[in-house]
Amino acid sequence: MARNKEAVVLLLDVGPSMHSVLPEVERVCSMLVQKKLIFGKSDEVGFVLFGTDDTYNELQKEVGGYEHIVVLRNIGVVDGNAVGFLQNLPRGNFPGDFIDAIVVGIDLLIKKFGPTNKGKQRICLITDAKYPIKEPYEGTKEDQVNTISQMMQTHGIRLDCIVIREKLPGADLRVMEENDSLLDQFSRKAIAKIVHVDSPTSLLGALKTRNISPVTVFRGDLELSSTMKIKVWVYKKTSEEKFPTLKKYSGKAHSSDKFATYEVKVDYEYKSMEDPDKVVPPEQRIRGYRYGPQVVPISSAEWEAVKFKPEKGVKLLGFTDASNILRHYYMKDVYIFIPEPGNQKAIVAVSAIARAMKDMNKSAILRCVWRQGQGNVVIGVLRPNISSVDNIPDSFYFNVLPFVEDVREFQFPSFRSFPSSWQPNEQQQEAADNLVKMLDLTPSEGEEVLQPDYTPNPVLERFYHFLDLKSKQPDADVPPLDRNLRGITEPDPAVFSCHKSVIDNFHKNFELKEKPKKKKSSKRAWRGKPSASSEEEGVDDFEAMMARRDSSKWVSKAIKEMQNHVSDLLENSYEGDAYSKAIECLLALRKGCILEQEPKEFNRFLLGLYEKWKDTDLANFFELLSSKNITLISQKEAPDSNVTEEDAKNFPVKAELKSQ
Amino acid sequence: MDLDPEGLFRDDSDSESEFYQEKDFTKEFVVYLVDASPKMFGAAGSDEDEKTDTHFHVAINCISQSLKAQIIGSSYDEVAVCFFNTKEKKNLQDLNGVYVFNVTDRECLDRPTARLIKEFFYVEDTFMSNIGSRYGIVSGSQENSLYNALWVAQALLRKGSSKSVSKRILLFTNEDDPFGSITGATKTDMIRMTLQRAKDAQDLGISIELLPLSRPDEGFNVSIFYAELLGLEGDEISHFLPSAGEKLEDMTDQLRKRMFKKRKVKTIRFSIANGICIEVNTYALIRSTSPGSIMWLDSITNLPLKTERSFVCADTGALVEEPRIYFHPYKNEIIKFSTDELSKIKKVSNGQLHLLGFKPLDCLKDYHNLRPSTFIFPTDEEVVGSTRIFIALHRSMLRLQRFALAFYGSLYRPQLVALVAQDEITGSSGQVEPPGMHMIYLPYSDDIRHVEELHMSADAIAPRATDDQIKKASALLRRIDLKDFSVCQFTNPALQRHYGILQALALGEDEMPDIKDETLPDEEGLSRPGIVRALQEFKISVYGENYDQEEANAAAAKGCGSEASRKRKAMAETAARESASYDWADLAENGKLKDLTVVELKYYLTAHNLPVTGKKEALISRILTHLGK
Repeated sequence: MARNKEAVVLLLDVGPSMHSVLPEVERVCSMLVQKKLIFGKSDEVGFVLFGTDDTYNELQKEVGGYEHIVVLRNIGVVDGNAVGFLQNLPRGNFPGDFIDAIVVGIDLLIKKFGPTNKGKQRICLITDAKYPIKEPYEGTKEDQVNTISQMMQTHGIRLDCIVIREKLPGADLRVMEENDSLLDQFSRKAIAKIVHVDSPTSLLGALKTRNISPVTVFRGDLELSSTMKIKVWVYKKTSEEKFPTLKKYSGKAHSSDKFATYEVKVDYEYKSMEDPDKVVPPEQRIRGYRYGPQVVPISSAEWEAVKFKPEKGVKLLGFTDASNILRHYYMKDVYIFIPEPGNQKAIVAVSAIARAMKDMNKSAILRCVWRQGQGNVVIGVLRPNISSVDNIPDSFYFNVLPFVEDVREFQFPSFRSFPSSWQPNEQQQEAADNLVKMLDLTPSEGEEVLQPDYTPNPVLERFYHFLDLKSKQPDADVPPLDRNLRGITEPDPAVFSCHKSVIDNFHKNFELKEKPKKKKSSKRAWRGKPSASSEEEGVDDFEAMMARRDSSKWVSKAIKEMQNHVSDLLENSYEGDAYSKAIECLLALRKGCILEQEPKEFNRFLLGLYEKWKDTDLANFFELLSSKNITLISQKEAPDSNVTEEDAKNFPVKAELKSQ
Repeated sequence: MDLDPEGLFRDDSDSESEFYQEKDFTKEFVVYLVDASPKMFGAAGSDEDEKTDTHFHVAINCISQSLKAQIIGSSYDEVAVCFFNTKEKKNLQDLNGVYVFNVTDRECLDRPTARLIKEFFYVEDTFMSNIGSRYGIVSGSQENSLYNALWVAQALLRKGSSKSVSKRILLFTNEDDPFGSITGATKTDMIRMTLQRAKDAQDLGISIELLPLSRPDEGFNVSIFYAELLGLEGDEISHFLPSAGEKLEDMTDQLRKRMFKKRKVKTIRFSIANGICIEVNTYALIRSTSPGSIMWLDSITNLPLKTERSFVCADTGALVEEPRIYFHPYKNEIIKFSTDELSKIKKVSNGQLHLLGFKPLDCLKDYHNLRPSTFIFPTDEEVVGSTRIFIALHRSMLRLQRFALAFYGSLYRPQLVALVAQDEITGSSGQVEPPGMHMIYLPYSDDIRHVEELHMSADAIAPRATDDQIKKASALLRRIDLKDFSVCQFTNPALQRHYGILQALALGEDEMPDIKDETLPDEEGLSRPGIVRALQEFKISVYGENYDQEEANAAAAKGCGSEASRKRKAMAETAARESASYDWADLAENGKLKDLTVVELKYYLTAHNLPVTGKKEALISRILTHLGK
């Protein structure tokens, strides 16, 4: 467990020029500590502030100097209080001296660990490096940096430095340049990494808040051929940091139970279909693989015997023009191939190939089986990664490519084939060009905005923030996304308002129109009572519905709807004003019923109507019917009918007789 | 700690599987309607000397491939295969010249089975003797085989509602003028009837698609007859299949692509700026195909088992309802979250795509990747004008070599995406890359690891290759060049083998299929003298003359034992010695193992080459198992 234990000293500049970004510093540092509380419980942390009003550190007591540096928390195993320290950092009023702070940090580490724990000690410095550092008592500032670097190296201490500078006018450029060059000197003389950021959002992403010790996916030969091999180690370069897996809660434990876990376990039971009470024991279970409608049973032993078993190894298939591999074919998270550490020959060999690939704009195609016993092979593309730092060797990035089975070759219409009403005209094209040009996230001065490397995950940020909040205030609400995180999920209002004219021009040139949803409109025709104006549509819809042959349901549905419609018309009719419409509908219904061989439906309906209304003032409606040739459907018209031709003609008179 | 680099044990949440599998609410019923007239059996290529394949063969081949894809895709699509212009007839309506191909244990329109695939694959061998070919529409006869074929196909597709099922007839033919051999009133009559039949089918929600086969020297003139049957108008006719392939493979390729039905994942809004919001469809063009999920069966009856999930309170052992509350331990407390709170945390944006700005393409690094990309294509269905804006942006981005940075607020994982415009690329076999944008999922800073800094040492400057070494490497690169490499030219050998085995087992065959692994390097090509020389020169230039010898020496030195292995050996010896001084059987018998210390227990385990991990109880039970108690 303690193998990956690390010790971190945070050196935080709280001087006057840092005040504006201190909320973010507090936030990112609490996140670091919070994650340690969860993932690295035995890690040790210490906090040192500089630029403070007070002075409190051992060096000052021992040798003097080192003013305005406060050791807020000495190095010790991380605990819940540690978060509290970081959430209310005091604002200092003195210019901070980051070199002094580094010395105090190193002193803490050396006093705590002595010569042990090499390589697992880290100093994180967050500063804007805007104030000049003090002249040393002897030698130059450069000499001082050299001495400190030497000390860091002998004790195996790394330095991670984040320089945060928002674009503020009036800063002393000369001082900043001097400071930057001193910091750069660290990265040459010691194991140090200096990162410059210029927005609070990037600050949140710039500090690695979780310490993951990477494991190799593969160590061995990159085989260019059977005779030429290069020793490499392969790691993951990207890997998604998932939302933490939460446990299911059960409140059943007795309140006095000190060892309660509050967990809910999930049990799976496999039961036979025939006898749902019978649980099938694991040894009686066998795996089945679907193949079309069949399920093929196969035991794992059998499967092991026949399955695909490639030999471990990473082999080159060949090189190809980089343009042959389009970016969107990258399938997964990315791997990195580094030459075997310390192996000078491997480092040179990788460097030669990577640089040749870069010069000629080529990519290499590899076939990889990372481990023995792996059930599949991976085909992927190797791209050069030329190192810009002297003490980091050149390496390769590796991306997995799809197999034939993974690609769906859907065909899409060519844009040229679209009607001209869908094509942008010259003016519109220009507006689009301007938009693409002006909404630029890579300003000529300053850093690229929202670089993935410095962009934090807003969901995780919010989760850890909420987790801490809840620990103090159990009924707290989920906090809204804060301003800096909104800069990731929404366009930056500053950029957009700065190019308002371009956007307005774009807006003016293009017209968008919402179409009403189609589905609703077709439904509406058949729901509810059709209004008086939709009479003709009623008949049309009926005919359309009757004509649909994809399902027999449509016919009966159409008939039913029409019958209701006619009933409604008559019921609401006043002094015969709806008669003509009702007649029209009845005619359509009659015709439809003959065509679809549903005479009984019609006859029953007509007789029903008559029965219902023959004694009301609607009776005169039925007299109208015979004049319009609306009779019952006879056997002659539709064989299914049980009404003779004569009976049909005599309606409604005959019906009268029958019912008597 | 990344113990699981391959993600084998990754918790597959529902939302994740949603990303990888499109939701197919609609299944598909397809009738493959294949012309079997003698013309289909003529040579398809123009080259007389070469042994050329027939169009019939091409059609069979395509359908075979498509059936295989369907059975693997674990879809519920149903298919029927139907030949027309045949000597024999076999169909429910008993119509002449139409033969519905089927195998035992299967409805005519049903899901593809292993047997269907296998027998269909060999259908050509016995086609002439069992089914036979003849011209169906000849002068002097009232027979109309095309009409009959459409009728049979339509009847096959009668089942299922057209709301939940998409129904298609795919017609393979090389005859652009089926009624060419007859004249006069009979001809107009027959044409009218056939068109009416097609229209009826289309009215029932069946789409008819034509897959024309043609020879390079004589094109397929769609406007003679089929344009009307398919309902093509104006421009559509000229856009219909612009050119038949020069080569037969191209034609196969073209047909294969056209046989797919496009399935979108979802429709999303893409908000560009200040209220301009267009609509786009997303498609999963690239997703890894896995061998499919397993089912548990009862090994005695081979019947599927029902899985029942129950929730048990770990403290009391009581059965509980599925909890709505989750917790995370923090600061020695447990912090509870309701499911509502969790989903609120994850919802940092609405489900739309928000444009944030543009960047030059070289800001998109090779390591900015996490998952397969998603393709987006505009739609004017609900927001009229979307396509126009999309095309304008697409053109500008291509011309200015920029990609759009956007935030995609999906519920599964809201994240930054790069939208990379892709111009249409067409090759001899039709469209190779569709026009549109690819959405590339970008990592956050927490997802990127700085591995290269891991082995950084302060004093050692990493050596770089010299110009000469780079030159030698360049020569090597030029030698081992894959000229026409295309991204998906390999089939996945693991999957092929998987399905090969399943097919063999499903058909009850004993012989396991031999699958060729296409992914192995071309040893023969690599042993060509030019390449061997280039490799040798490069090797000497970076490694020096005697590398192999040095390596062998180093390996031999290692063989004597590195420090670690010596240590391990010594430990094993000590353990064996110490272990011998205990009477393990006796200790186990009397339950005295628990009185020993963990160190003592480990002597036994090390001496017997057993794992030494775990708590004391685990060690004891391991020893007991080993002793056979």
